[in-house]
Amino acid sequence: MVDEPLYPIAVLIDELKNDDIQLRLNSIRRLSTIARALGEERTRKELIPFLSENNDDDDEVLLAMAEELGVFIPYVGGIEFAHVLLPPLETLCTVEETCVRDKAVESLCRIGSQMRETDLVDSFVPLVKRLAGGEWFTARVSACGLFHIAYPSASETLKAELRSVFGQLCQDDMPMVRRAAATNLGKFAATMEPAHLKTDIMQIFEDLTQDDQDSVRLLAVEGCAALGKLLEPQDCVAHILPVIVNFSQDKSWRVRYMVANQLYELCEAVGPEPTKTDLVPSYVRLLRDNEAEVRIAAAGKVTKFSRILSPELAIQHILPCVKELSSDSSQHVRSALASVIMGMAPVLGKEATIEQLLPIFLSLLKDEFPDVRLNIISKLDQVNQVIGIDLLSQSLLPAIVELAEDRHWRVRLAIIEYIPLLASQLGVGFFDDKLGALCMQWLQDKVYSIRDAAANNLKRLAEEFGPDWAMQHIVPQVLDMIKNPHYLYRMTVLRAISLLAPVMGSEITCSKLLPVVVTASKDRVPNIKFNVAKVLQSLVPIVDQSI
Amino acid sequence: MNGGDGGDVAAAPAGPPPPLDWKFSQVFGERTAGEEVQEVDIISAIEFDKSGDHLATGDRGGRVVLFERADTKENGGSRRDLEKIDYPTSRHPEFRYKTEFQSHEPEFDYLKSLEIEEKINKIRWCQTANGALFLLSTNDKTIKFWKVQEKKIKKVASMNMDPSKAVGKGNIGSSSVSSSTNSHLENGGYKDKSSTNLINDFKFPPGGIPSLRLPVVSYNETSLVSRCRRVYAHAHDYHINSISNNSDGETFISADDLRINLWNLEISNQSFNIVDVKPVNMEDLTEVITCAEFHPTHCSTLAYSSSKGSVRLIDLRQSALCDKHSKLFDEQEAPGSKSFFTEIIASTSDIKFGRDGRYILSRDYMTLKLWDINMDSGPVSTFQVHEYLRPKLCDLYENDSIFDKFECCLSGDGQRVATGSYSNLFRVFGCGPGSNESTTLEASKNPMRRQVQTPSRPARSLSSITRAVRRGGESPGVDANGNSFDFTTKLLHLAWHPSENSIACAAANSLYMYYA
Repeated sequence: MVDEPLYPIAVLIDELKNDDIQLRLNSIRRLSTIARALGEERTRKELIPFLSENNDDDDEVLLAMAEELGVFIPYVGGIEFAHVLLPPLETLCTVEETCVRDKAVESLCRIGSQMRETDLVDSFVPLVKRLAGGEWFTARVSACGLFHIAYPSASETLKAELRSVFGQLCQDDMPMVRRAAATNLGKFAATMEPAHLKTDIMQIFEDLTQDDQDSVRLLAVEGCAALGKLLEPQDCVAHILPVIVNFSQDKSWRVRYMVANQLYELCEAVGPEPTKTDLVPSYVRLLRDNEAEVRIAAAGKVTKFSRILSPELAIQHILPCVKELSSDSSQHVRSALASVIMGMAPVLGKEATIEQLLPIFLSLLKDEFPDVRLNIISKLDQVNQVIGIDLLSQSLLPAIVELAEDRHWRVRLAIIEYIPLLASQLGVGFFDDKLGALCMQWLQDKVYSIRDAAANNLKRLAEEFGPDWAMQHIVPQVLDMIKNPHYLYRMTVLRAISLLAPVMGSEITCSKLLPVVVTASKDRVPNIKFNVAKVLQSLVPIVDQSI
Repeated sequence: MNGGDGGDVAAAPAGPPPPLDWKFSQVFGERTAGEEVQEVDIISAIEFDKSGDHLATGDRGGRVVLFERADTKENGGSRRDLEKIDYPTSRHPEFRYKTEFQSHEPEFDYLKSLEIEEKINKIRWCQTANGALFLLSTNDKTIKFWKVQEKKIKKVASMNMDPSKAVGKGNIGSSSVSSSTNSHLENGGYKDKSSTNLINDFKFPPGGIPSLRLPVVSYNETSLVSRCRRVYAHAHDYHINSISNNSDGETFISADDLRINLWNLEISNQSFNIVDVKPVNMEDLTEVITCAEFHPTHCSTLAYSSSKGSVRLIDLRQSALCDKHSKLFDEQEAPGSKSFFTEIIASTSDIKFGRDGRYILSRDYMTLKLWDINMDSGPVSTFQVHEYLRPKLCDLYENDSIFDKFECCLSGDGQRVATGSYSNLFRVFGCGPGSNESTTLEASKNPMRRQVQTPSRPARSLSSITRAVRRGGESPGVDANGNSFDFTTKLLHLAWHPSENSIACAAANSLYMYYA
């Protein structure tokens, strides 16, 4: 039996084997406490072997264990004993559940990166080799993620062996293993000497790019960017560039999609010159791909890609595609384009923007699909910087009004969110003329979320234009609405008042807002009275003590 | 049951592979005479795993039963079976019961006021890992991913606390210990506090506290534990008719009447629609998907069959939504022979890829067709299975039998095909070049009892006039006994062992195994 004060820790230990998974999980999460109670030596000699056998547990428990063991070095006696942590993690690297394996690999990497070089050679490298030669694919998958830790401290012969083992994993029968190898190729390559990089790794890489499983080739695309950054520019152009160009014409749309998504990183890898000569045509092809998903990914990169090109090239090659995309048959493509196209304005400069981009903006602003219009409006500030808002404002207004009266309340909600931005871009004058009425109209929307957002919007406008303006253009209209026969709208007014008060300051609140609230406290609808009470509470800090 | 005398095998010497001599191997869940078959016990899916070492069956009661091969491992378990049957020299696959679990339960969809049956529609085996078996099972709406694993039953000995005493204290609820035990049952917060208190109050001595012991666990026996790892639900508006794994080991498809969805095994909350045949207006609906299967090695190719009798091959690389097929396998019915039933009997009930992926076998009500995926002009071979039923289509329509969905299967070497029929009969055809093997077997302990020779080779092969004569002579013989065909006992589900000549087939609630 244990002394009374040790009961909690004793219970904690016992519960490592409790039948209730929740208790076991709890104990595992407190593993460091247990280790400290046992002391370093017993942790090494008893707790760790105990945990190594404990691989039969539920995945949740194993996941927690894999995580805890990653930070366990201090509890086993420091760096020199770090190797005792490897066996339990090795078993965890072989379980079937992917997330447990991933966590175990992560922890192993964390431990491995702290271990002394001799220990790495003595225990870590053999572990990697054991896993790589594992009977089940699960072990081999885990092994792929450990090479970059094991490699740097290994001797020359060992390094050669590790390279060849990795090469075998890349040709494993199981696609899962090849995928894991492809994912980790970049990391491993980063630790390798340039000489081997060109020979061994490039060979492996080329094999992966020709894998007959699409899922493996997909991951090889990511490898392109990572490898490209490691290679000398001329090697990169010689080896990586052709692969990228090939990938951009792959039969599988998923691979092309991946290229479209990664193209910016790939351009960075190969450098500006080859980008201009080789990748621009590839990119243009992707922008005209016959699969909408690929066009969506490509359209989303238009601005980023244009930025690394000269304006002339962008105008010459990219802009025509953009024009086509702006009338693409897929609304999602147009929407993706609309969300980034505004960013092209600074790249192209004022003249080209007015000449070329403006018509595209305008056509997108008239798009039948609300998302497209919203995306344009949301990025308005970028164009404003280049050409000023005047050119856009005529076409902007109908678009805004139409969105403001859209059938779907979510669309209306989205446009309300952008009103303060628009107001700041368009200026007070324009706003007063055209948008003020809209803002009031939303307060009487049928949908609560819209009324609520409208009230919030008023507050943000008041912040934007100042209390004086608000006093003229917002407050009277709002207060007028308290006479509305419908109690829900009167409630909206109360809500608006409570939001506006802090912005308006105590004087206006006392003179204008408070009387309305007080009158409303005699409303015949109890709900209103109740809300008055709530509003009053929020007004208390704003108004003077005297009232 | 075993009164009949076995006839001899169709001994047509023309084909290179000699016809197989089928023998009874095993039966599981055999009915005794007069025993009523429970609806829930009726087998609704059979599937061998890739290695052929395991066999799974699903039934209408939502259960999945697993069998494992007994003859390759140790012989202990199969001795009883050996005694039971009369073939002592057994180098054929023998199976024994391994485990079973309740995969699906009956459910009720409140939104649509629909009852969802627990019946298992399909089972597919996934990649084994670490000795654990993985399989997918589906009913009409929900797919589940199961892991079956041997687990050691642990017995905890030597605790710090006397368990009985601890429980006693917990009941009293007075001691500080038991209250802390209870506290992490309810929430972890208090536990943390108590532990940090402990850490603050006591400095752990550098050597640790010697009186604390780790629990000692002893493992005595093992048991098989089946755990549902993932549930893929709410993705199908219509009934799921098939699921199929991709060769990449990470994705699978599920098909209902109008759509095919693509899933990642690890992600259960989203799937991608890859085929959608739903017309804008449901009144324009003329064709539904009846079955879908991935190519065994090409990760981007899948085939699906339709109620109009066509098989479409699609290439997932082409586009995200593959509504356009890359190949269409369809055989036009001769225009004159159209009748009310033409469309119904043309409906494909099952398709299977051959092991190398070159051939697709399809089953419609009357025939079994073998297609070469490189030849879309017509089937390579057509095997008449139910030709003798043609005059009775009206009756079959009346009692709904015409809508029965028979499955089909290919042998591992691709030399033979098999499919089920009525009266618990199933038929095996040779499909190698020049073979005219055609065997009819009954799912009973004496498969040859009702052996009938109907060499109904493909109509297109004109090589043998004698055979045509023989068919003319013999087919009516079957028809004459037509009354003996019992439409209530139908053999819908069967599977061919992936590497050996062994067939597992389901007759109501019984699983019969044959070998040759």
